Amino acid sequence: MTFKKDRLRRTMMFVPGNNAGMLKDAGIYGADSIMFDLEDSVSLAEKDSARNLVYEALTTVDYGDAELVVRTNGLDTDFFEADVKAMVKAGIDVIRIPKTENAGMVKEMEDLVIAAEKQFGIPVGQTHLMAAIESAEGVLNVPEIAKASDRMIGVALSAEDYTTDLQTHRYPDGKELEFARNMIINAARAAGIAAFDTVYTDVDNTQGLINETEYIHELGYDGKSVINPRQIPVINKVFAPTKAQIENAKNVITAIENARLAGSGVIAMGGQMVDRPVALRAERVMKLAKASGLVDKGGHYIGK
Amino acid sequence: MENKLERILPDDLMKKYDYKPFETTEIGHPIIQRTAPKVRVSDGDGKVTNDLAKIVKDNVKDGMTISFHHHFRNGDFIFNTVMEEIMKQGIKNLTLAPSSLTGAMNDVAIKAIKNGTVTNITTSGMRGELGDVVSHGALETPVIFRSHGGRARAIENGDIKIDVAFLGVPNADRCGNANGMYGEEAFGSLGYALMDAAYADKVVLLTDNLVDYPNAPASIKQTQVDYVVEVDKVGDPDKIGSGATRFTKDPKNLKIANMVSDVITNSSYFKDGFSFQTGSGGAALAVTRYLRNAMIDQNIKASFGLGGITKPMVDLLEEGLIGKLMDVQDFDKAAANSMKENKNQQEIDASWYADPDNKGAMVDQLDVSILSALEIDTNFNVNVLTGSDGVIRGAVGGHQDAAMAKMTIICAPLTRGRIPSIVKSVDTAVTPGSSIDVLVTDYGVAVNPNRKDLQEQLSDIPGINLYTIDELAEKAQKIVGQEEPLNYTDKTVGLVEYRDGSIIDSIKEVKD
Repeated sequence: MTFKKDRLRRTMMFVPGNNAGMLKDAGIYGADSIMFDLEDSVSLAEKDSARNLVYEALTTVDYGDAELVVRTNGLDTDFFEADVKAMVKAGIDVIRIPKTENAGMVKEMEDLVIAAEKQFGIPVGQTHLMAAIESAEGVLNVPEIAKASDRMIGVALSAEDYTTDLQTHRYPDGKELEFARNMIINAARAAGIAAFDTVYTDVDNTQGLINETEYIHELGYDGKSVINPRQIPVINKVFAPTKAQIENAKNVITAIENARLAGSGVIAMGGQMVDRPVALRAERVMKLAKASGLVDKGGHYIGK
Repeated sequence: MENKLERILPDDLMKKYDYKPFETTEIGHPIIQRTAPKVRVSDGDGKVTNDLAKIVKDNVKDGMTISFHHHFRNGDFIFNTVMEEIMKQGIKNLTLAPSSLTGAMNDVAIKAIKNGTVTNITTSGMRGELGDVVSHGALETPVIFRSHGGRARAIENGDIKIDVAFLGVPNADRCGNANGMYGEEAFGSLGYALMDAAYADKVVLLTDNLVDYPNAPASIKQTQVDYVVEVDKVGDPDKIGSGATRFTKDPKNLKIANMVSDVITNSSYFKDGFSFQTGSGGAALAVTRYLRNAMIDQNIKASFGLGGITKPMVDLLEEGLIGKLMDVQDFDKAAANSMKENKNQQEIDASWYADPDNKGAMVDQLDVSILSALEIDTNFNVNVLTGSDGVIRGAVGGHQDAAMAKMTIICAPLTRGRIPSIVKSVDTAVTPGSSIDVLVTDYGVAVNPNRKDLQEQLSDIPGINLYTIDELAEKAQKIVGQEEPLNYTDKTVGLVEYRDGSIIDSIKEVKD
C-alpha cells in the first residue's frame, strides 16, 4: 500500500469483495487506485465472509503501488461498524463513504475511524476518507462534504443512484450529469482534493468510454471509476500528455532546476516567468508521462 | 537413468524399447534412412465400397498398427465408426497411432482398451476420461507421446509402421483423390493425415461426399489410396472448429497478450520479413490482434505465419500484412475456408512443418513462436501434458517443434486459481528449457538467462516488468503456498519423446 495525498488517480477499479480470484489478481492491471467493495456487489448473506476475505487480501497480497480503497456498507446498516474496524485494522489507505449526503456523515465516519485506529494501534490519521456522492442532497452539499475532514482525499460521483434520485436515467451525452459533475469538480478543487467521475457501464463500447473520459478530462477530473480492467488502458490513454506537453514540462523543470542552482528566486523560461501554477502543471505532466510509459528514466520522450 | 534435464527414466523400458535419454535440442546432420510403404498395385477401379465390415475383415489383423487423423477434432465420427467395427470383429492387440486423440474419441477408445482391442498407443496427446484411465494404469505398456514433427519423423524412419490408415475426408473421388477444403465437414489443411497417406501400407479413405473423377486440387492422391469407403456422415461440422473466433474479453488474457506483443515488437526479430507462429488459445489469438496494430504503425510485414492457422492470421494475410500462411491445420472455420480462397495459404504436411530429420523443416526458419504451458519451471522446462493432479490432460502438439523458433515465448498466468504455473520443477518435462527464451505472465516477464541479447533488448521498456524466473516462481508460491507432492506408483504409463526420438520424460501411474 502506498498512500500519497498528491498522486495520480486516473482509474479507481471496483473489485467485488466476495470474489477471491479477482481480489488475488486486482494488482496486475495497473489501476492507480483499487476499490474493494463490501457494499452493493456483495449480497446480504456474504457480508461477513467478504469482509474477512478483503481483510485477508489486504494483509497478504502485494498490490504494488496502487492506492487501496474500500467501500464499506452504509452508515445506516448493521455491517458498517465491523467493516470500518476490520479495514482500519488491515491498514487500508482510504475508506469510501457510500451515499454521502452531508458533512455530518463524514464526521461520523471519522469518529469511528479514530476509535478503530486507537483500538488497533494504527497511527491516528493514517486512514483517509473519500465520499461518494449519490443523491441530489449530496450534490448540493458537496462543498461542505469535501471540506468536512482533513482526512478527505476526494469526492466521487456515483451516477446510477444519483440519476434515479433525479428521476432521470443515464443518457449517452451525459447532459443529466452536467450539474453534478461541475459541482463535484469545483468542490474538490476548492477543498484541494481529488475528483472521480462515475463508472462507464457499457464495457464493450470503447468509443463511448473515450468520449466520456475526454469530457471529464476537459472538466478537470483526476480520473474515473472503472468496473472492468479492460477500461484502464483506454482511460490512461486519454490522460496521457502529448509530446509537446512533455517537452514543455521538461523545459519548465530544467528552468526551475537552473534557477535553483544559480540561487535565483526568479525563474524564467524563454523570456517568460515560470510561476507556481506553471511549475505544478509541469510536474503533473511529467508524472502522467512516466505513468503512461512515454518517457525513460531520464525524462526523455520515447513515445511513438 | 537420468537424462540431461535430470528427469529419472525407467531403465527397463529404456532398454526394452532401445531408447536414448534426451541430451540436446541440436539435431546436427546425421544421414537418415527412410522407409517406404508396401503398395498393392491397382488400376484405380473398384476402390469404392460401403462395406466397412469387409474392409476391416480383409485388412485389419491382430497385432497391427492402425492410424487416424484428428482434423475433425471434436466433431469426429470416423474413429468411433471404425473402432466399433473392429471391436465387433473381435480383433485384438492393436497399436493405435493417431495424430492425436480428441474428446469425441474418448469413450470408444476406453472401451477398446478395456476389452483388449487396443494394447498400445502412440499419440500427440489425450484429454478427459481417457487421460484419466491411462494415468490410472489401464494399459500394460506405456503410451508413447510424440510431437507432430516427432510423429512425422517416426513414420518416415519406421519407428511407427502403420499397417492400415483410416482417414476421414470431406470429399473424395472414386479413385481416392481427396482434399480437406470442400464439403459440409471441410476442415481445411490435411497436414497431419498426409503422413499416414504417404507411409501406411493400406490407406482407407472414408467419406460421405463422393465427387466426380478427377477431384482436384487433391491433397491425398489416388496413387496412395487403397479403398474409398462411403459412410453416412464423417463428422459434425459444428464441432470441427470453433465458429466465429471471438476476441477474448478476459482481462488477464488481454494483459498477457499485450505484453507478448510488447516483447515481440521490442525485440530485434520485429522487422520487415519476420515470421511467427501462435497457438489457438485466447491469449494467442489476442497477440495476433495487438501485433497487427504494431505492424501497421511501424510499417512492418511478416513473410509467413506457420502452424495451426486461425482467423486473426487470415485477416493479416488478407490485409497484406503476412505474405504466406503455411498451414498444417486450421483451428476455425474462417481459416479452413481461407485455404480454398487464398492462394497464399499453403497446405503443408507434418514433415515439412516440423520434422527434425529432413532436409529443412519450416520451424527451423521460424523467428517467433508464442506457446502456452500448463507449467514451466525455473529451468524454463515446459509441461503441456499432465495436470496439477499428475493426470494426462494435454498434448505435445507442435510445442517442442515450434520452440525451435529463434525466439520462443511462453505465455501463462502466474497461477490458475490455486494452482501455480511457475514451479521449481515441472511434473512432466515436454519441451526443454534450452529452447524457451521468454516467459510472459500476468505479473511480469522473465528472459532465459542464456539470452543476454534479449535481456538487453527488453530491459527498460515501459510496460515490460522484468523478473528472474525464480522471482516469478516465488511470487506464485507466495500467493498459493507450497503444494503437497503428487503420489505415483512405480508403473510407467507414458514415455515422452523429444522430437528427435530420445526420451525427455516419463509419466507414472497416479496413486489416489
